[in-house]
Amino acid sequence: MLIAYPLVFAALLFCVGIYGVLSRRNAVVVLMSVELMLASVTVNLVTFNQLVAERSDVLLTGQVFALFVLAVGAAEVGVALAIILLLYRNRASVNIDDADLMKY
Amino acid sequence: MWFVRNAWLIPALPAVAAGLIFALGRRLPGRGALLGIGVIGLSFVVALGVAVQVFSANVEAVAQVEEAHGEVSAAEGGEEQHAVEDDQAVTESEEEAAIPEGVHSFLYDEGVDLTGTGADWSFQAGIRIDGLAAMMFLLVTFVSLMVQIYSTGYMHGDPRYTYFFGLLSLFTASMLLLVIANNIMLMLVGWELVGICSFLLIGFWWEEKVNSSASIKAFITTKLGDVGLVVGVITLWGMFRTFRIEAILEAVEAGEFSQSLLTFALIALFVGAIGKSAQFPLHTWLPDAMAGPTPVSALIHAATMVTAGVFMIARLYPAFEASPTALAVIAIIGAITLVMAGLLALVQDDVKRVLAYSTVSQLGYMVAALAFSYTAGIFHLFTHGFFKALLFLGSGSLIHAVHSNNMSDMGGLRKAMPTTFATFVVGSAALAALPPLAGFWSKDEVLAGALESGGYTGNLVWILGTLGGFLTAFYMTRVLWLVFGGEYRGHGEPHESPRSMAWPLIALAVPAFFIGFINLPFGFAHPVGFAAWTAFDLAYFEEQGAVFVVWLAALATVLALVAVALGTLLYRKAPAPDDDPMLNMGWATRVLDRKYYLDLLYSDAIVRTVIRTKLANASYWFNDHVLDRVVYLVGVGTARLGRATYEIGDQKGIDGGINGLGLSALWLGAKLRLAQSGNVQLYAGAMFAGITVLAVAFAVS
Repeated sequence: MLIAYPLVFAALLFCVGIYGVLSRRNAVVVLMSVELMLASVTVNLVTFNQLVAERSDVLLTGQVFALFVLAVGAAEVGVALAIILLLYRNRASVNIDDADLMKY
Repeated sequence: MWFVRNAWLIPALPAVAAGLIFALGRRLPGRGALLGIGVIGLSFVVALGVAVQVFSANVEAVAQVEEAHGEVSAAEGGEEQHAVEDDQAVTESEEEAAIPEGVHSFLYDEGVDLTGTGADWSFQAGIRIDGLAAMMFLLVTFVSLMVQIYSTGYMHGDPRYTYFFGLLSLFTASMLLLVIANNIMLMLVGWELVGICSFLLIGFWWEEKVNSSASIKAFITTKLGDVGLVVGVITLWGMFRTFRIEAILEAVEAGEFSQSLLTFALIALFVGAIGKSAQFPLHTWLPDAMAGPTPVSALIHAATMVTAGVFMIARLYPAFEASPTALAVIAIIGAITLVMAGLLALVQDDVKRVLAYSTVSQLGYMVAALAFSYTAGIFHLFTHGFFKALLFLGSGSLIHAVHSNNMSDMGGLRKAMPTTFATFVVGSAALAALPPLAGFWSKDEVLAGALESGGYTGNLVWILGTLGGFLTAFYMTRVLWLVFGGEYRGHGEPHESPRSMAWPLIALAVPAFFIGFINLPFGFAHPVGFAAWTAFDLAYFEEQGAVFVVWLAALATVLALVAVALGTLLYRKAPAPDDDPMLNMGWATRVLDRKYYLDLLYSDAIVRTVIRTKLANASYWFNDHVLDRVVYLVGVGTARLGRATYEIGDQKGIDGGINGLGLSALWLGAKLRLAQSGNVQLYAGAMFAGITVLAVAFAVS
């Protein structure tokens, strides 16, 4: 398998994620974009495992690590959604431009 | 040795007290008087401790020397028993016996080096405690204490009461500084401070022209002498490259100097003493200085300041010893002074002026005595300090009672003022050198010392001194009869002075009576008495054995008694001035009344000439237009420079720089904080941009 395809795919996915994080105002969408970036990294992990596994006796480290990332990502989404929920309750909005209390 | 090591307290305490009195003044208890008295009391206690330690150390040293000599002469006696030697040889070998190793008279000389550059000269300021200094501490602090207590009564109700006590403290501190100094420069500082205080105190009642003129006269006359003193100090520095007394004396002892230069320096120093100690021909200021309050006369013009000159000679005595010419000059000036002033005292009507001239005369004794015997000079200084202070305070008590200085306004005060009378009689008898009072022993020591050393100066001094003793006894008898005998001639009801004035009189009468016994001129008392206490050098002490010339003492006493008898005969009825025999002697009275025309010479011949020849005007013009102008221009220039420095350097440069730093930080902060927008996406964007840059940098490298 040509290793370049999944890597290019992951890069594109990461760029989509960055775009979403930087341009969207809705906090939920920003969160989703972050998940996209996370997913692209996971893809990279799996891909590089495949690359390394062909030449060594380390077989599944990348896959296992990808599973960990998914699990941590799920937990992170749980916390993030809770924060967004509280933000919505306090501000009646999920627009992250409104959450700018920490400015000068 | 606590007292000796902390002897600096003695002048420091009154100096601090003076500062406090001048600063806080009337708010202090007793309007400053209590502070001054308390502090001088403390100083007196310290002085007493110093004296006990120094004197006992000296007596011990003398005892050790005597012991060593005893062994030497005993050994020699044993050896020479069989030899045919006469007594002369034995006594000679005794005299030649050296002082044992390590035994010396007490000296504590500690200073702080003020130059500290390790240059070939150094300036040390410090204290020098020996028998002489310890004796002066005792005298000055005790008399100052008495005078201050007395002043609470005498100056009661004066508008400048507090100021007076501040000045007294300042004066005492200055005098003690002069005494304690271990280098002649510091001594000069004390000397001039004393002069300033004297000036301020003589002119204390400056509202009257006479008083301020007298203070100016005293100041200028003593300054004339001070020129000599400064010349002497500078010459000594030029010779030895040091101001330290110890170093100067060591150099003199080493003997590497030009004899004529040393004589010049010492005579120049003596000119300073002529001014300060009121010797002929600069004595004219002292009688006029009586314009000051009487306690001032007692403190300054009897016991302390006028003895500064005598003290200075005693301080540098080993140097003076090295120059017979200087000693001869001292002897002659002293002898002239003692007779001349004694004669002047005969015709005075002002009781204080009699005492003033008698002080001049007694100072003549001291100065003349120093030419022959160190001990005699300072012993007379010591005893005279007590009884003359007593007499001045007594005269103050009289003046306080009758509100007049003139004896023609007194008379018959014996009944009205018994305490003053009794103490005044003791003081007069001590001054007239009647045995066994203080003055007898000290004056006899002076005369015997002069007779012993012989030579034309020695003979001059003992003959004139004996004659002066006759005059002293006569004029004091005259004063006693005029003041206390006969009928009261003044106005009002004279009354005894308050207790604050009577007690110091009594306290001073005791030493005036007994103090002479500390230096009995006999062999058994010599090694434990005053001579041993104040010995500056044991070799010198050994040379100056106990002298007592019976026939001379008897002659002096008989002359004094004759003078008393003659005075009693002439003044028993206390005649009014018209009948006063001393005021009716024709040309003699005229000459004495005009003070030998010396004042006329000074004021007319010298001062007028200076004015008439425009010399004064010219120097005034020079001073005004050249010196002052230069000083003024320098001052203005400095002020301009200072202003420019302030405006450009300080305000614009330094302050501007500092302010600019602060302001720029403020401005930068204001700009930078805008970056802290609170917009999360902006932060994230910035982060991604940074990561991109880093990634590109990694990729390229």
